[in-house]
Amino acid sequence: MTASRISLWVFGILALAFLLAPVLVILPLSFSAGSFLYYPLPGLSLRWYQDFLTSDFWLPALWNSLRLGAATAILAGGLGTLAAFGLWSARFPGRQAVMAVLMAPMVVPAIVVAVPLLLAFGPLGLTNSFWGLLLAHTVLGAPFVVVTVLAALAQFDAVQLRAAAACGASPTRAFLRVCLPQIAPGVAAGAVFAFATSLDEVVVVLFLAGPAQRTLPRQMFSGMSDSISLTVMAAAMVMVVLSCLLLLAVTLLRRGQKA
Amino acid sequence: MAPLLIFLLVVFVLPIGTFLARAVQESDVPPVLPRTIAALSGWDGAAAPGEPAFAALVEDLREARRRDQEAGGGSIGRASARLNNDWPGFRSLLPATARRIASPFQGEARAAVLAAAPEWGEVAPWAAISRAGGPLSDFHLLAVLDLKRDAAGHIAAAPPDQSIFRAVLWRTMWISLCATVLALAIGYPLAWLIATAPSRFAPWLLAGVLLPFWTSLIVRTAAWMVLLQREGVVNATLQSLRLADGPLPLLFNRGAVLLAMVHILLPFMVLPIYANLKGMDWRLPRAAMSLGASPLRTFWRISLPLSLPGIGAGSLLVFIQALGFYVTPALLGGANDQMLSYFVGFYATRTVNWSMAAALSCLLLAAVAIVVALYARLVGFEKTRPA
Repeated sequence: MTASRISLWVFGILALAFLLAPVLVILPLSFSAGSFLYYPLPGLSLRWYQDFLTSDFWLPALWNSLRLGAATAILAGGLGTLAAFGLWSARFPGRQAVMAVLMAPMVVPAIVVAVPLLLAFGPLGLTNSFWGLLLAHTVLGAPFVVVTVLAALAQFDAVQLRAAAACGASPTRAFLRVCLPQIAPGVAAGAVFAFATSLDEVVVVLFLAGPAQRTLPRQMFSGMSDSISLTVMAAAMVMVVLSCLLLLAVTLLRRGQKA
Repeated sequence: MAPLLIFLLVVFVLPIGTFLARAVQESDVPPVLPRTIAALSGWDGAAAPGEPAFAALVEDLREARRRDQEAGGGSIGRASARLNNDWPGFRSLLPATARRIASPFQGEARAAVLAAAPEWGEVAPWAAISRAGGPLSDFHLLAVLDLKRDAAGHIAAAPPDQSIFRAVLWRTMWISLCATVLALAIGYPLAWLIATAPSRFAPWLLAGVLLPFWTSLIVRTAAWMVLLQREGVVNATLQSLRLADGPLPLLFNRGAVLLAMVHILLPFMVLPIYANLKGMDWRLPRAAMSLGASPLRTFWRISLPLSLPGIGAGSLLVFIQALGFYVTPALLGGANDQMLSYFVGFYATRTVNWSMAAALSCLLLAAVAIVVALYARLVGFEKTRPA
């Protein structure tokens, strides 16, 4: 190993430490028996998790996050899959423009989605409602489904659809029975991306949600705006566990796709 | 494809479009002062207008006041709030004038209005009404660029006490640029290491990037908050090691925001560069070396140019996201060091000034669009691969 190679390793390990250390350093604080946010811990306890589970707002917030994420995954997954299939199967004028619209939510800053929706949803009664949040999160999550499903469709052989049609299957039936089973891992991965997008989202929830729709990140935002308590660290731990599960799901789905 | 397209058009394009249109619409003043605006249509702006404009103002204000009292509306309040943005003083001037001229009077309207409020003898309030006469105006778009039209309609710099937005725009650009450059400086060597590491280690190194990538933004912001606060991990450690006497002010400044932003955005830089380096033809740098080029020269002339698409994609992702950062600066930044997104939210919720929020959104979107267009021109989207 040359000197330049060694210095590359040292730099790389330091960079990874910079990426990983902040979260890894603060998570053990949630097991503290005391109430301050530094080391050494005065003792270990689960009191902050108990607080998380028994308080009036943390557990409902977790429940809201999971419900909203699941609904977003289903709606964005369905709409995104159909959109990707349409883009893949047909060449038509204006395809570029359609693609640009479909991808736009990925680049538009969240605040420029949140504030217009606040204005538009107000008269429709969709602010302070689960349905308004679901619509907004579907907008933000759908592009990830489109990208993922398009990648899965690139592996799919279109001749099979023609074969199905020759055997008398309607286009819908051919899509459902021939295409969908083969791209299913991609669809599922896209849905997981949509779930993760919804779980991570704070800005839209900040502007559109009422107290009854508060999600876990939104509740953490409030907890951090005034004096931060160790229950926020317990909530962070819950979020990290959820993220790890989602990452695991995507990794397994990707592996399934390649096999 | 049609369902999602229709869905996005209804829930995304349409609301944003109608919202952005508010930046150029004037909807507050015309319903209250229709006759005054009509009377000012041929006004040259050199001196206060003549009797017809004063008479129209009296008539308009009486009618608006009657309507507000009957229907319980606040149209005069909304109009004066809009006019106050242009000429400070209107917030009290318009309601006060409306109150004082409500009862019938003898003689010229001009004399009565000037007796009620002498400010009407100046050019400025009339010019503000004429600018807000609508239906469309560039007042808010100019305002977010710290510009303003004078009474004669020429564009000029806004007074210094109203000029804050150019500074906000440059600050947003500068912070985003710093975050991008830092992420590139850290991310490129890291991506290089992962792409060239033995296959035994590479998946673990990659997992070290993916794990934070999937960790929620709010969790990572919380981590920096706990690390950097007055009685946080870093300060406690420094003091126990006797490296600092008292707690250092590490939070609520630009350094904290930049640190957290680089931390949050770094995976978006590493992953595209890694994907690009992984797909690179590594025989090319080897060929250069065997032809006698030094390692540095090989990197500079062969490897670096070949990895430019990855660098471009990563920088684009990081810079665009940095431009729109809201949560992290709001929680970790100083009160006087906020970015554009914060001001969009501020005008939408604190002062309920949708026109200013829309104009600032236009500015933010324009910045994003320019960066995307520049990228499409210089690198092109065909070459990017999803990470």
